[in-house]
Amino acid sequence: MKNSRRRFLKIAGLSFLGLAGSRMLPSSSAEAATAPAEERPVYRNGERAFNARHWGMVINTRAFDNAEIFAAVISACHKYHNVPDIASKQEVKWIWKAGYHETFTDQLDNYPAKSVVERHYPLLCNHCVNPACVRVCPTQATFRRSDGIVAMDYHRCIGCRYCMAGCPFGARSFNFRDPRPFVADVNSAFPTRMRGVVEKCTFCSELLAVGEMPLCVKASNGTIAFGDLSDPNSKVRKLLAENFTLRRKPTLGTEPSVYYII
Amino acid sequence: MYNAKYIAPGILIFLALFTLPFWYNFGAPKYERPALALPVTKTDCIEPRDVMAATHMQLLDTWRDMALRQGKRVYVSSGDKEWTISLQNTCMTCHVNKAEFCDKCHNSNSVSPYCWDCHVEPRGNK
Amino acid sequence: MIEKVLKGPISFYAWLAVLGGVISLGAMVYLLQLFLGLRITDLSRDVSWGFYIAQFTYLVGVAASAVMLVLPAYFHHYKQFKKMIILGEFMAIAAVVMCMLFIVVDMGQPQRVLNVILHPTPNSIMFWDMTVLTGYLLLNVVIGWVTLEAERHQVDPPKWIKFFIYLSVFWAFSIHTVTAFLYAGIPGRHYWLTAIMAARFLASAFCSGPAILLLLAFLLKRITGFEPGKDAVRTLSKIIAYAMGINVFFYALEVFTAFYSQIPGHMHPMVALFSGHDGHSLWVNAWMWTAAVLALVSLLLMALPSTRDNEQLLPFTLAILVLATWIDKGLGMLIGGFTPNTFEQITVYSPSIAELTIGLGIYAIGALILSLLWKIALDVKREAGTF
Repeated sequence: MKNSRRRFLKIAGLSFLGLAGSRMLPSSSAEAATAPAEERPVYRNGERAFNARHWGMVINTRAFDNAEIFAAVISACHKYHNVPDIASKQEVKWIWKAGYHETFTDQLDNYPAKSVVERHYPLLCNHCVNPACVRVCPTQATFRRSDGIVAMDYHRCIGCRYCMAGCPFGARSFNFRDPRPFVADVNSAFPTRMRGVVEKCTFCSELLAVGEMPLCVKASNGTIAFGDLSDPNSKVRKLLAENFTLRRKPTLGTEPSVYYII
Repeated sequence: MYNAKYIAPGILIFLALFTLPFWYNFGAPKYERPALALPVTKTDCIEPRDVMAATHMQLLDTWRDMALRQGKRVYVSSGDKEWTISLQNTCMTCHVNKAEFCDKCHNSNSVSPYCWDCHVEPRGNK
Repeated sequence: MIEKVLKGPISFYAWLAVLGGVISLGAMVYLLQLFLGLRITDLSRDVSWGFYIAQFTYLVGVAASAVMLVLPAYFHHYKQFKKMIILGEFMAIAAVVMCMLFIVVDMGQPQRVLNVILHPTPNSIMFWDMTVLTGYLLLNVVIGWVTLEAERHQVDPPKWIKFFIYLSVFWAFSIHTVTAFLYAGIPGRHYWLTAIMAARFLASAFCSGPAILLLLAFLLKRITGFEPGKDAVRTLSKIIAYAMGINVFFYALEVFTAFYSQIPGHMHPMVALFSGHDGHSLWVNAWMWTAAVLALVSLLLMALPSTRDNEQLLPFTLAILVLATWIDKGLGMLIGGFTPNTFEQITVYSPSIAELTIGLGIYAIGALILSLLWKIALDVKREAGTF
């Protein structure tokens, strides 16, 4: 009895080792011939995708100042992304209109130029280089991608709203209720969100992936430029070199990627 | 035995509760695989049909992380075919009938994934 | 030892039943919140944290305050505290459980809470807060239970527990430091962006926590006749007096930095808390002034030996001290952080009935845990002759 059990264990052990070993050896030549050159499945970027090392935005606020352009830009974004229309302090917004003092809270100039102080400015997520929201998120539900976009994974968000406390720009909205009833005409090409998660502007990463510019850029009549801030020859860098621009709250060190031509 | 008058009924109640699922389903009709409404226009799915039936949840999980977190939105299948990674814009363009496809199997297996809290059902349902 | 809760006077079970009723009420409102979402709170896009997180913060302090008994007893061999120490440790357990519950009810997707462990993120202070709170809960459960078990058998506690007791002293400081870091490391929230936050939190905790403990001990004396010991009460009162002095001093430091530097961002939250915004007063103003007055009065009464050792006056003094620190940390802290908001505008927040009811339910859960644990502790003490 004892002997046979030992034998069994020996054989079982050896055959296990053999199996494990054969897995590690290169597969036989017959298999190699029929196998595809690359292992399947493969995940990769789309061929038409726009790529950059640091996506950024430059908004020409001199030209961006009438009700129509604000309406066009905001509705282009909010309609496509199924942003709910909730009229209360528990609202959800990705891009919106604000006055000078709300936008540039540090510009406490006593006698600002009339045109500048009376102008309205589009606010959205700044996609910071050093984002406080990403630093504080306990689940990496919000994270900075290698192209500089600060993205949200709604599947993972636990709704603790630490990111909303962390963001100095008020760019984030929380779904205090189920947003579906507040989306008038649901765009079936894009998901909605669910109750209890935080959302914000995505720089249209889903459109960049198929070679399309962000919706606000397309709807802006050329007043919003979008491009690679790390490329000195890009349009955004040229605009920055030629114009006086401001960023929101630059002294906090979050390094916003959205610039406003004043 | 100490305190038999407390312990014995306790054991009986425990056994009754523990075996409740068996009694509950006793004599119930046999489980049958639900008949799903498969797409009529297409015959090939992203991966072979049995693979999809068994592992579509893992695939969707990986798809989500790849598309959302790594920005890789193209999937090259084992059949060397390219697919855009998107539940709404790829899967549901063929599987237009969520009620007769997703729900039927999920319901009979008592799973309730919350995909549709956010992802939009195809128009085919309405 | 658990069997101790099975035998008690009818009034004890009536009390538990009352707590059970309050808990069910809170639970029902919480179910409503679970189905409807946090819309039933008064939280908003601009004031995204409120009553729940504030209570969490306050209760972390209460939990940490057990160290004010443990440290003198074990580091300085101050024997008079040995009798009361178990009450402090058990109160810490109840407080930590309440902390955790307040975090959970604040979350939009509580069923995903384990994502914090599934995707551990050391750069998030929230991750560390979860770690230290869980650790502190375990430490107090183990220490409390083991030392009480030893007391019951009238033997010395095992030697290995000493290590955990010493550890718990440092751990207590860490839980409130990490909780302060939740706030103090955020750019752009002026009221929170202060290096003294953790120190202020600890000072406020070490006066309010022992004050609550003393108040409850007085109540216990009335109900059960348990005598915490005159010396112990006097020493703890002294500790409370010093901690409250430091607490008020630290707040004065904040006021100095803000108003002497005259930097608008530093002044705005304090101006908003105490006098409103642009000529409009906020409901919180009256509360903040009340807190300021009560803090100074209680400090004075605690500082003077004649009023501090006055047994008739002491419960009143402790009560107003607790109220003052609660308003400062349980209301002002959070509202001040979000007022003005990131656009330098005012969004008013006042806790909704739903929030208050859920909060009350959680406090009732804390009271329930505390009642059961203290019942066990007192019965064991009665048996062992250390009552």
